[in-house]
Amino acid sequence: MSLINSLVDYLRRSKPKSATLAKERLQVLLAHENPGRRGGPDYLPALKQELLAVIAKYVKVGPEQIKMNVDRQGDYDLLELNIVLPEAPRT
Amino acid sequence: MTKIVVITSGKGGVGKTTTSASFASGLALRGHKTAVLDFDVGLRNLDLIMGCERRVVYDFVNVINGEATLTQALIKDKHTENLYVLPASQTRDKDALTREGVERVINELRESFEYVICDSPAGIEKGALMALYFADEAIVVTNPEVSSVRDSDRILGILQAKSKRAEDGAEPVKEHLLLTRYSPKRVELGEMLSVDDVQEILRVPLLGVIPESEQVLQASNSGSPVIHADSTDVAEAYKDVVSRFLGEARAMRFTLQEKRGIFQRLFGT
Repeated sequence: MSLINSLVDYLRRSKPKSATLAKERLQVLLAHENPGRRGGPDYLPALKQELLAVIAKYVKVGPEQIKMNVDRQGDYDLLELNIVLPEAPRT
Repeated sequence: MTKIVVITSGKGGVGKTTTSASFASGLALRGHKTAVLDFDVGLRNLDLIMGCERRVVYDFVNVINGEATLTQALIKDKHTENLYVLPASQTRDKDALTREGVERVINELRESFEYVICDSPAGIEKGALMALYFADEAIVVTNPEVSSVRDSDRILGILQAKSKRAEDGAEPVKEHLLLTRYSPKRVELGEMLSVDDVQEILRVPLLGVIPESEQVLQASNSGSPVIHADSTDVAEAYKDVVSRFLGEARAMRFTLQEKRGIFQRLFGT
């Protein structure tokens, strides 16, 4: 019986579980769509504005050039900041 | 003190009306005077699920427009004492629900009812916003499926931003998660999000789990809320939900697949 069980387990494990995929996709998606609701930081929009103001002092960037995300990875949250600099910076 | 409870979800077809009918009936069965309101103007269905469609004379919009009194429009439920249904209008559009009008109706209901259950339409437009605006508590009906979970997350955000309690800076709307159409077997096979998965994603206290069941269709066929389908899993699950809502401790049931022995697996059904 234990042989059959482990065989069943083996067969199950070899296929990716679609529920696991669903959970991962939702976690990534909802962290971005509704950060304030998730107990995550709701200061993101304000932080983004302030960073934008600071960066704009030196480089000409618009709001769409800044991408900011918070990802949950295991036990910690990762703040990801991505700024696309224009080709010719202001002197 | 009357409690206003919205049954909402964002997504359509997840079981809002089924839940509204059974939850309101359950509260009434427990002796609480309850009114259940259909906010789906233009697409009314609560009357069918409650089995009172042939007794509709006046509706929610008639009351708002002063064409009928609340007493004239409320339909006394034939299955349960203490329960009244206010049907939506079938001929009007969602703009017929004004905030002032809805507030007047709800305040009048406060005078004689303990619970007012608001059956929200799907979506996040006027009808849905109106259904949740005056809520003290919200039951967010969710299927263990990606689009339903996403829409529930959205509607939770709206509850926290656009309800009267949010606008007034009052204590926030109390949120409850109700997982419906749950299939323990598929969860065990890794084909369906589990209760724990959905709870971890939405982070809302769990009010209950309603198993997927053929009984729900049979109940709607016959116009009798499924909570009356005695000794079925769904009816028991809804009764547990009502008990938990009333503050009683009830262990979660119907969330695990029954373990079957090797002989049953091989020869059983």
